[in-house]
Amino acid sequence: MKRGNIKLMQGNEACVEGAIAAGMRFYSGYPITPSTEIAEISAAKLPRIGGKFIQMEDEIASIGAVIGASLTGLKSMTATSGPGFSLKQENIGYAAMAEVPCVIVDVQRGGPSTGLPTSPAQGDVMQARWGTHGDHPIIALSPYSVKETYEITIEAFNLSERYRTPVIILMDEVIAHMREKIEIPDENEIEIVDRLKPKDKAEDYNPYEINDGDLVPAMASFGEGYRYHVTGLVHDINGFPTNDSKIAESLINRLTKKVEENTQDIVKYDEYFLEDAEIALIAYGGTARSVKSAVDMARKENIKVGMFRPITIWPSPEKQILELAKTVKKIIVVEMNLGQYYLEVDRIAKKSTDVYKYGRVNGELITPDEILSYIKEV
Amino acid sequence: MVQRELRLSGSGGQGLILAGIILAEAALSDGKHVVQSQSYGPEARGGASKAEVIISEKEINYPKVRNCDVLLALTQVACDKYIDSLKKGGSLIIDSSVRNKPNREDIYIYTIPILETAENVLNRPMVANMIALGSLNGLIKVVDKVELEKAVLNRVPKGTETINKAALEEGFKLITRYEGVDNEGQYRPNKINTTEFCQA
Repeated sequence: MKRGNIKLMQGNEACVEGAIAAGMRFYSGYPITPSTEIAEISAAKLPRIGGKFIQMEDEIASIGAVIGASLTGLKSMTATSGPGFSLKQENIGYAAMAEVPCVIVDVQRGGPSTGLPTSPAQGDVMQARWGTHGDHPIIALSPYSVKETYEITIEAFNLSERYRTPVIILMDEVIAHMREKIEIPDENEIEIVDRLKPKDKAEDYNPYEINDGDLVPAMASFGEGYRYHVTGLVHDINGFPTNDSKIAESLINRLTKKVEENTQDIVKYDEYFLEDAEIALIAYGGTARSVKSAVDMARKENIKVGMFRPITIWPSPEKQILELAKTVKKIIVVEMNLGQYYLEVDRIAKKSTDVYKYGRVNGELITPDEILSYIKEV
Repeated sequence: MVQRELRLSGSGGQGLILAGIILAEAALSDGKHVVQSQSYGPEARGGASKAEVIISEKEINYPKVRNCDVLLALTQVACDKYIDSLKKGGSLIIDSSVRNKPNREDIYIYTIPILETAENVLNRPMVANMIALGSLNGLIKVVDKVELEKAVLNRVPKGTETINKAALEEGFKLITRYEGVDNEGQYRPNKINTTEFCQA
């Protein structure tokens, strides 16, 4: 690794670097703490590489512009925090329904409402899954270091392109504002996925028809001569609205299944000292760093604990959590909320083991010491 | 040194977060593991502000300061707020404008005129952060002096190199004049036994 590639970088900065490496050429947003640096750095960098940055009038317009830009073929992203994430939900559903690839970064802060603007939280876990109405697919990823933020942002673009679906990067203030070492890989070491393009002639193109062997319909870019209709209504293979119940059933099932049936490709996770663990701690994002320290402290006292860290929050690593539940005596979910991911872990694991939760909503990162005392208590 | 935990505190707008970033960058080029973070209120200026830097020879997981080795406080509010977090045997650098000295006998206290030097010696109040940085590094030698100067020059705007270098040097001088710190800037505690601090 060249020395010039080693940098001290903030999580938010690594997110933009990763996005650009993945091919992002459009960003629109409405800045909000603690995600503001993502907008600032995108504004500085995108115009220099032929990309576009627009500061929109609000969060709703921001994701609207992102969807529009993606339809023209540009890899597009927006970033926000809890209050803005709420506003974006309607259009996230639109992107899911119309199968428009896009990346939405939510740097979580204390909520509800405007809450604690400069303090960390992980209270948007369920909003990421079910924030928009109706049954829909969603992919949400949560990085725990600056380096991983870079990698995960690339992954987010790749998944959104491969599955034609919105992908959420669920960051928290801890990782977003923290600076640490990152080694930027060379361009040729990065795997980039681009959306499937139509092979048919424009006049034969059915925008929502899936060809044999493909996961998703091929996507023409606006301006390439392919004419088609984009809507949030249930639509047929031509993209036009329909009330046909058979089409509705098959469309919504297909949208859901393209993520559900590919969890093995999508799901990423990390394990720490789980080989002989009797207690497994489950944590993600910034909290996982406290948990890792707590595991080190507990191991020094010969307490057999380990950590399971979902990098992919949604779809959840269901298979892995179930296997874990069968091997450990107890599971503790540690998160900066009052037990949102706990609900998911408990659903998966409760038949096999006892699941406990340890949550905080005081705007501070949970400390390793309090986790250690909770381990002892349990 | 296995791990050093530092906290730079003052009021928003004093540039302490930048000072923390520069220190972290210097430590990184020195081959150390480093995590830098900050906390601040919603205000752009004013309000309590702190930057934290953890420098370690090992990978750092928990990114916040737990056992503060060195606390820098430029204001009374910051000093009062964070003094309890300074560990026994730790060092406190306070600006001479801080009137009420903390009532602790288990720490080293260095009172130096950081803000006054910026205003009256260098005639630039805005370089107080660089003076503080010079003092901080002079005291505990987290990184090589040359490495720190390089890190400063990498970060400051063009045309301000000379004044920032001068500020760094002033800060270094302020602390080395102090009892317990020799001319080389090497920290040689002579008041209480702080082997714990020196080794940690």
